[in-house]
Amino acid sequence: MASLQMAALLSAPSTPVPSDRVRLGALRLSASSSSTARNGGALVVRSEAKVSGGGASARGLSLITHAVAEKAAAASSADSKPGHELLLFEALREGLDEEMERDPTVCVMGEDVGHYGGSYKVTKGLATKYGDLRVLDTPIAENSFTGMGIGSAMTGLRPVVEGMNMGFLLLAYNQISNNCGMLHYTSGGQFKIPIVIRGPGGVGRQLGAEHSQRLESYFQSIPGLQMVACSTPYNAKGLMKAAIRSENPVVLFEHVLLYNLKERIPDEEYVLSLEEAEMVRPGEHVTILTYSRMRYHVMQAAKTLVNKGYDPEVIDIRSLKPFDLYTIGNSIKKTHRVLIVEECMRTGGIGASLRSAIIDNFWDYLDAPILCLSSQDVPTPYAGTLENWTVVQPEQIVAAVEQLCK
Amino acid sequence: MAAFSAVKIPPPQFTTVRSSSQRPGSSPAHFAHSPSAFNSISFGSAKSVRSRPLFAVSSDVVSSSDKTKPASSSASNPAVTREVALELYEDMVLGRAFEDMCAQMYYRGKMFGFVHLYNGQEAVSTGFIKLLNQSDKVVSTYRDHVHALSKGVPSREVMAELFGKATGCCRGQGGSMHMFSAAHNVLGGFAFIGEGIPVATGAAFSAKYHHEVLKQSKPEGLDVTLAFFGDGTCNNGQFFECLNMAQLWKLPIIFVVENNLWAIGMSHLRATSDPEIWKKGPAFGMPGVHVDGMDVLKVREVAQEAIARARRGEGPTLVECETYRFRGHSLADPDELRKPDEKAHYAARDPIIALKKYIIEHGLASESELKSIDKKIDDVVEDAVEFADSSPLPPRTQLLENVFADPKGFGIGPDGKYRCEDPLFTQGTAQV
Repeated sequence: MASLQMAALLSAPSTPVPSDRVRLGALRLSASSSSTARNGGALVVRSEAKVSGGGASARGLSLITHAVAEKAAAASSADSKPGHELLLFEALREGLDEEMERDPTVCVMGEDVGHYGGSYKVTKGLATKYGDLRVLDTPIAENSFTGMGIGSAMTGLRPVVEGMNMGFLLLAYNQISNNCGMLHYTSGGQFKIPIVIRGPGGVGRQLGAEHSQRLESYFQSIPGLQMVACSTPYNAKGLMKAAIRSENPVVLFEHVLLYNLKERIPDEEYVLSLEEAEMVRPGEHVTILTYSRMRYHVMQAAKTLVNKGYDPEVIDIRSLKPFDLYTIGNSIKKTHRVLIVEECMRTGGIGASLRSAIIDNFWDYLDAPILCLSSQDVPTPYAGTLENWTVVQPEQIVAAVEQLCK
Repeated sequence: MAAFSAVKIPPPQFTTVRSSSQRPGSSPAHFAHSPSAFNSISFGSAKSVRSRPLFAVSSDVVSSSDKTKPASSSASNPAVTREVALELYEDMVLGRAFEDMCAQMYYRGKMFGFVHLYNGQEAVSTGFIKLLNQSDKVVSTYRDHVHALSKGVPSREVMAELFGKATGCCRGQGGSMHMFSAAHNVLGGFAFIGEGIPVATGAAFSAKYHHEVLKQSKPEGLDVTLAFFGDGTCNNGQFFECLNMAQLWKLPIIFVVENNLWAIGMSHLRATSDPEIWKKGPAFGMPGVHVDGMDVLKVREVAQEAIARARRGEGPTLVECETYRFRGHSLADPDELRKPDEKAHYAARDPIIALKKYIIEHGLASESELKSIDKKIDDVVEDAVEFADSSPLPPRTQLLENVFADPKGFGIGPDGKYRCEDPLFTQGTAQV
C-alpha cells in the first residue's frame, strides 16, 4: 500500500529535507499509490503519484480525463474511501478554519471577509466563530491593511490578508515588495513575516480588464516571496494550510472560475508541500507544464490528444516561485519535449521564467524548442469572443503538442 | 460578534497640553514675518502660519479647553526630577554626537549611500522614546539612527550597521535607512516615506490582539507603538488610511509628526493645502496635538498623556512636533533652499542647549556634571567607531542567508534536494 517513508516537511521547517526524497521520485514514476505518512498527527503529503488511465487513486481524487467544461470531479472514482465532498472555496475555508482553530495567532484581514463572509465566501461563518478581531473587516485601503498585516506578522501574529480580487493588490504593491519581501532580509533576519496573501485572480467570465489580471508575473521577481497557485479543492486546502504554517510570506493565487470545483477530499488532516509540483497525468511523449485554470484546458486537450494517439505528461507546477525543478526535470528527461501552458501574458510571465529555468538546467535533454502558450498581451476585453481568444484554448494546446511531436 | 470596544481601564486625571507661547523661560517665537522667510505665499496677512501663537488643541476626547493650567511653572518647581533630566540630556547628547560622527565618517568614506541626520530634532526622539517600556514598539523612517539609539540599540551596533559590517544590528544588510532591532522593538527603518505607518498600525493591532484575543494582558496596559514620520509624509495616502484604521479600532498607536518644514527641498507650505497637520487628527476622530518639538520637556509632557491614553485602550493620538533639522535632508543635500534666518531662528532654539539651561537654572545638576556627560558620550561614540572599524565585513556566505525565514523557499533543485541543503547555497552559487 502506501509507502510511509516520508519526512514531515512542515513540522520542522528549519531542518533540511533528508535524502529519502530521491527515493520518493522513483516511487512517483511507478504507478503505485500515493505516498503519505503520518507525523505528529498531520498527514503530510509530499507528492501525489497519480494512477494513469483512470481508476480510483488512493485519495479518491479521480484523474480528470474528460472535458474540463463540466468542472466536476470524475464519477469514475469507485469511491469506497471515506472523505467528504466539497467545493474549492469550501476547501479553502476548511483549511483556514482548521488553522485558525489550531493556532490562535492566525487571523484574517481583508475587505468584506467578516460579516459578509468574503466576496467568494471563503471566509463565510468564520467571523461568527472567531470574532471581529480575528476576522477583520478592513476599510478599502489595500496598501495600508497589507502593511498592517506585515506589521502584525512582525509582532507575533500570522495574518491571512485577502485581496478581494488579486488585481486590487496592485495597490498594495509597495508593501508587498518593499516590506513583505524585504524586511526579513534588511533586518538581518531579526523579524519574520509569516503572512499569507491570497485572493482570486485570473480571467473570469467577462469581468473586464481590471478584474481579470494575473499578478503572478508581477510578483515573481520579488525576492523573499513564495508563490503558489491552487487548482483543485484538494490542493487548495493543503496549500492554504501549508502557506499559513510557513514562516515565509506566501502569496496564494486562487482563480475566480475554479471556486465551484467539486471534489472528495480526505477527512484526516493533511498539509501539502509549498515547493512541490503535482503530477496530474503521467505520460511519455511530451511534458505539459501548467497551473491554475489552464490545468483544466490542458486536461481537456489531453483527452483529444489521447484519442489521437499521443501520451502527454501533465504537471501542475503549483509552486510558481520557486519552481520544482526536480519533478519538472524528471519529466523532461523522460519526454524531451516541453509545452508550457499558462494564463499569464506572454511578456515576462511565469512561462517566460520557467522556459529560461528549463534551458539553464535541462538543455541537453531537449529534442525540440520549448513551446510556451500564454495569454495575449492585451487588457482582457469585455466581449466574450475576444476574451476567449485572449486565453489559451484546448485546440491551441492540441495543435502545439502535434507540432512539438512532429 | 460585537464590534470590539475599548479596553476597560479606568481613566486617570487628564492633564492638558499647552502651547509654546505659555512656556516660561522659553525664547519667544520670533522670526522674520515677511513672506520671504517661507519662500511662499502668505496666508492673507504679513504673518506666516508659524508666527501665530500656537495652541495645542486636542479634541473633546482628551481634554477640554478650560482646564488649562500653567506649564511646568516656576524655577522652583522643575517639571522633572534630576534623574530624568540627566537621562534626557544624555540621550539627546548621544543623538547629537552620534550624528555628528556619522557626518565625519561619511566624508571620510566609511559609510555610503543615503545618510539622513537627525541634528536638531533630538527633543522629539528623546521626549517620546524615553517614556516607553522595552516591549513598546518604535517605527521610524530613513532618519532613524537616533530613534534606534533612544530605544536602546547600542551605538556600536548602529555604527557598525552604517559601516556595512557584519556586526551591525542588521548584519550590514539594512544600512542607514533600515535600522531594526528585535531585542529593542525597533521595527524599522523604512526608505519610502509612509510605508512604515501601516507597519506601525499592524504592530498596534497586534498589541490589541494579544490583549483581547490571546488574553496576554499586562498590568500596565497595552503595548504602545510610536510611528515617527515627517511633514512630507502627511500628504501621503498611507498616513490618512492609517489614521482612519487606528481610530476605527482604537489602536494603541501614536502618530508622531516631525514637522521640520522641509521635505528635501519642498517646503511644507508649498506642498500642503492646510499646513496645520494636528488638525487632521480630529477629522478622523482622534485628538490632534501641536507641540514645540524643540523643547524636550513639552514633548515629554504631551507624550506622557498620549501614551497613557493608548495604554488604557482609548486609541490613537496625532502629535505634530514643530521641529527643525540643522543639516540638509541627507549628507548629499546641498541645502540651498532654506534661508539663513530660518536656520538661525531654530539654531537659537537648540533643544540640547535649552535643556542644559533649564537644568542649570533649576539647580538639577552642575555645569561640570553635564560636561562629564558630554565627555562620556564622546567616549561612547568613539568606541562605537572603533568597534565598527575593526569589525569584519560580511562574508560571501551571508549573501542569501536571510532571504527566507524558512530557506525551503529557495525550492527544490534538479537533483531532488532542497537547494538549502547545499552548504554553499547562501553564497549565491545555487541557482534560484
